[in-house]
Amino acid sequence: MTTEADRGAPRVSPLYDPKVRGIAYQVVLALVIVFVVYEAATNAIENLRAAKIASGFGFWTVEAGFDINQKLIPFSSTGGSTYGDAFLVGLLNTLIVAAFGIVLATILGFVIGIARLSKNWIIAKLSMVYVEVIRNTPLLLQLLFWYNAVLKPLPDPRNSVSLFGAIFLNNRGVVMPTPIAGPNFDWTWIATLVAIVVWIVLSYVARKQQAATGKRFPANLIGFALFIFLPLIAFWAAGGPLTFEYPKQSRFNLTGGMQIYPEFVALLLGLTIYTAAFIAENVRAGILAVSKGQSEAAHALGLSNGQTLRLIVVPQAMRVIIPPLTSQYLNLTKNSSLAVAIGYPDLVQVFTGTVLNQTGQAVEVIAITMLVYLTISLTTSFFMNIYNSRMALVER
Amino acid sequence: MKKTIVSIALGAAAIFAASAVSAQTLNNVKNKGQLTCGSNTGLAGFGAPDDKGVWKGLDVDVCRAIAAAIFNDATKVKFVPLSSKDRFTALQSGEVDVLVRNSTWTMSRDTSLGLNFTGINYYDGQGFMVRKKLGVSSALELNGASVCTQQGTTTELNLADFFRANKMKYEVVAFATSDETIKAYDAGRCDAFTTDASGLYAERLKLTNPADHIVLPEIISKEPLGPAVRHGDDQWFDLVKWVLYAMVNAEELGVTQANLDQMLKSDNPEIKRLLGTEGKFGEMIGLSNDWVVRIVKNVGNYGESFERNVGEGSPLKIKRGLNALWSKGGLQYAPPIR
Repeated sequence: MTTEADRGAPRVSPLYDPKVRGIAYQVVLALVIVFVVYEAATNAIENLRAAKIASGFGFWTVEAGFDINQKLIPFSSTGGSTYGDAFLVGLLNTLIVAAFGIVLATILGFVIGIARLSKNWIIAKLSMVYVEVIRNTPLLLQLLFWYNAVLKPLPDPRNSVSLFGAIFLNNRGVVMPTPIAGPNFDWTWIATLVAIVVWIVLSYVARKQQAATGKRFPANLIGFALFIFLPLIAFWAAGGPLTFEYPKQSRFNLTGGMQIYPEFVALLLGLTIYTAAFIAENVRAGILAVSKGQSEAAHALGLSNGQTLRLIVVPQAMRVIIPPLTSQYLNLTKNSSLAVAIGYPDLVQVFTGTVLNQTGQAVEVIAITMLVYLTISLTTSFFMNIYNSRMALVER
Repeated sequence: MKKTIVSIALGAAAIFAASAVSAQTLNNVKNKGQLTCGSNTGLAGFGAPDDKGVWKGLDVDVCRAIAAAIFNDATKVKFVPLSSKDRFTALQSGEVDVLVRNSTWTMSRDTSLGLNFTGINYYDGQGFMVRKKLGVSSALELNGASVCTQQGTTTELNLADFFRANKMKYEVVAFATSDETIKAYDAGRCDAFTTDASGLYAERLKLTNPADHIVLPEIISKEPLGPAVRHGDDQWFDLVKWVLYAMVNAEELGVTQANLDQMLKSDNPEIKRLLGTEGKFGEMIGLSNDWVVRIVKNVGNYGESFERNVGEGSPLKIKRGLNALWSKGGLQYAPPIR
């Protein structure tokens, strides 16, 4: 007698086979998408040609003829800089404000998040007010507020506030002396590198030792001391090979020295403070997700409050915190495009603002800009996912 | 961010819209029952809504004259305020029928942006404004200054040229809209503010203490401002071009809002052709033959519009200068209606 299994699957017409149908639907959908994209691209090219609007990427190497104030690479209308250079200047300005913003927002966010769980009533309530106020008002408004808050109270350049006669503060930003490295300055870098290597080796040895014998060795303290003092000793031994170019008062502004522009400060402040409020909530959620029994057990084992937080609670909380933290980092990067409202020359301001208008090539410029933000976001996600998988619960 | 969304929307429109270029602009305008006109977001004397929300200005009058010529009603215009960086994209994508927004006619704009300038309704040039207390009396003394400007304009490029040509250094601070620019200048972010000379006088009115600021004497560029239309619709191009010429010709022949009725009885053949009592000139551009009568009755001639909006009859009090008729030492010269 044959069983059901012996006969195999019941034969059905391919028309009704769910597997075949599934594949067929996928193929149809893929074809439709390809068709729409193809149509859109050819239609756009045809329309641009019919309207006699320039197209293509030839503008990339054309001289730009305008200037940008904050630039991390040389860029000037005199030096024959191109629209491609302008793109790079904008991109770097976006990246630098995003990088600083992410670091500062993370620090501030963790502090506020932990403070909100503090047993001290005032600290807890203050953190709550901070989070609720900042999180529930539009970022654009906050940026405009910070820009005016930074700009308005500061004196004009002729009446700059001076710190130690070297650092000047006025409504054009902060001007600091530029350090100029002398011939033997390389020794300081070498000493710094040595200190870092020694620090890493020390902490590795200390961990091994603690795992094997249970004895603890203050590797981080010693490493940090080396990191500070070794370069200083090298610097002193080499005869202090560092000079400064001091800013000088000229008719309108201070010339010479390094300048931090108020637009950068305002944007950084706005992004940091805004994103920190969200990060604080993620941190609070992460910490609350660690069951109370964990810290009770840690206390029962004799760990101090600090140790409990550092060794027991935070490592477990990180697993909950990291995924939403990643999206906050992405938000911060994308929100940096609001720079356009306060005149900070980021990618959107320079590239989709000035370059788009001078070249008139909206389709190309917008496409490149979208691609850039996509790339930045995917890269950030990639590294955060690696970090996440390292922090994830390891089943033993 | 809003600007970006506009740009992206326009980009998307350029991709997906069926060909926006067609010789149908006049028919479209007639079917819609109104003209869509790209205007400034607010430049006193050129294009700005007044306290009752009615758009007024020299550029606005060109839009109104086009509407008057088509509909015999100067109010059938929808004004779309555009920032300097969005204006050409809005015209390219068909969001507006005509752009009259103190835009400078340059070769690259005329040839690579897919648009045509139809004429010059204001001869302008770029200048600088500074605080009086800086003690600056010439733009050549601005070495090392911070300058506020609006991005996406010829101003931004002329500024770089001027400082390069005079071997001077400067710091540029560029903003997306004219409002942000003038506010930053007012807050002390910059030593100087630069835009077209006419704009300097208009923007100065927005400052906290207008009397504390002076406009420097140098004019550093040629800024011929005029209306622009899309490439590819010659009938519409001709219409917009001749509406402006008609306003200038009306001033030259002394036809005003006040004396229009007497002028209709004039024996002067030039006036007869202008006002359509002789010849079929209106039909040549797809309008009725009394098109100029409609323009003058509803809007006035070029000189009347100038005086009312930017001249002695306005807070700006700008002299005719280059914008006087050619017969009075200026540059305004219209080809004859013949």
